[in-house]
Amino acid sequence: MSELEQLRQEAEQLRNQIRDARKACNDSSLSQITAGLDSVGRIQMRTRRTLRGHLAKIYAMQWATDSRLLVSASQDGKLIIWDSYSTNKIHAIPLRSSWVMTCAYAPSGSYAACGGLDNICSIYSLKTREGNVRVTRELSGHTGYLSCCRFLDDSQIVTSSGDTTCALWDIETGQQTTTFTGHTGDVMSLSLSPDSRTFVSGACDASSKLWDIRDGMCRQSFTGHVSDINAVIFFPNGNAFTTGSDDATCRLFDLRADQELMMYSHDNINCGITSVAFSKSGRLLLAGYDDFNCNVWDTLKGERAGVLAGHDNRVSCLGISSDGMALATGSWDSFLRIWN
Amino acid sequence: MSSNSNLTTMKRTVEQLKLEASVDRIKVSQAAADLQQYCLQNASKDALLVGVPAASNPFREPRSCALL
Repeated sequence: MSELEQLRQEAEQLRNQIRDARKACNDSSLSQITAGLDSVGRIQMRTRRTLRGHLAKIYAMQWATDSRLLVSASQDGKLIIWDSYSTNKIHAIPLRSSWVMTCAYAPSGSYAACGGLDNICSIYSLKTREGNVRVTRELSGHTGYLSCCRFLDDSQIVTSSGDTTCALWDIETGQQTTTFTGHTGDVMSLSLSPDSRTFVSGACDASSKLWDIRDGMCRQSFTGHVSDINAVIFFPNGNAFTTGSDDATCRLFDLRADQELMMYSHDNINCGITSVAFSKSGRLLLAGYDDFNCNVWDTLKGERAGVLAGHDNRVSCLGISSDGMALATGSWDSFLRIWN
Repeated sequence: MSSNSNLTTMKRTVEQLKLEASVDRIKVSQAAADLQQYCLQNASKDALLVGVPAASNPFREPRSCALL
């Protein structure tokens, strides 16, 4: 037998080993454990604010840590920083490339970032001495589109790309500190763990991976979805995460059990999920869909608890403020809505 | 692709699988119970779950002022 053939067999054996180990831990199900739990009942939210100003599809948004400001990115070529309480625009930042796919707000509130088909992650300083907003760094190195970016702090940012890799960047030097390789398809989304030591990524290879930020290693891989994963988000305690996919399902994966615990789907739902978020306690899973709606799921029982209708086009992004007070949704209809 | 790079890729795949196979796993019943406990313990702080009284909702409808 050739060495290649031996390795192939070894790989097959290891995959079976992982499958068997997961099965051995599969002594129950999340549904069974929560069978006696009261359901959350009907969750109804109303649009409290509509943020108007973008002139084209909104592709991404992220709340600032103050739970009041938020940043949104649109293919009208603008990044807008909003005060969600008043709906005032704090900054309207013209972008060098209008083909933006992602944006991020630094935890300190001092920087924003965005990127897209230009393959570059641009860092903007929001608090310059002159009072204007300007590009302070252009992080180039990815050989594919920038699908997602998330600040660790003012000097480090993690990116995911259509080139199938993720990267940790030193913003000061503009260099990639670490490259995360392993996915075999475009990486579409990433989510940092609450302790910032790891992150999960979701890709068009239908798998999600847990990465150690420090050493660049992929610690765990999860399969199950049958189509592109468009969104990932960590559960608030960092022990689990949820993915949203073009296969019309969201799935909850537990890191310590190393397997899928729940699937959120319905026969009536046949379109892709673009974005996912957890409410503060993790009990509610919010998911944005291609059919213009947002569904509210009971994370523990797997049942749909509500629907948020209001957008006139695909919900492309959503996020929950860190104080848990509000949900923001962004849409191809060019509006953002704030709900609670 | 040359046979050498096929070999290298395969070796890398095997090493990665060994790493992932060595993960310590807990039972689903334990993992599920812990998730449930976290949700219940934090339920009262979850505004979208329990609702928020209008008075403390920063997004309540801005009240119009009456000019007297």
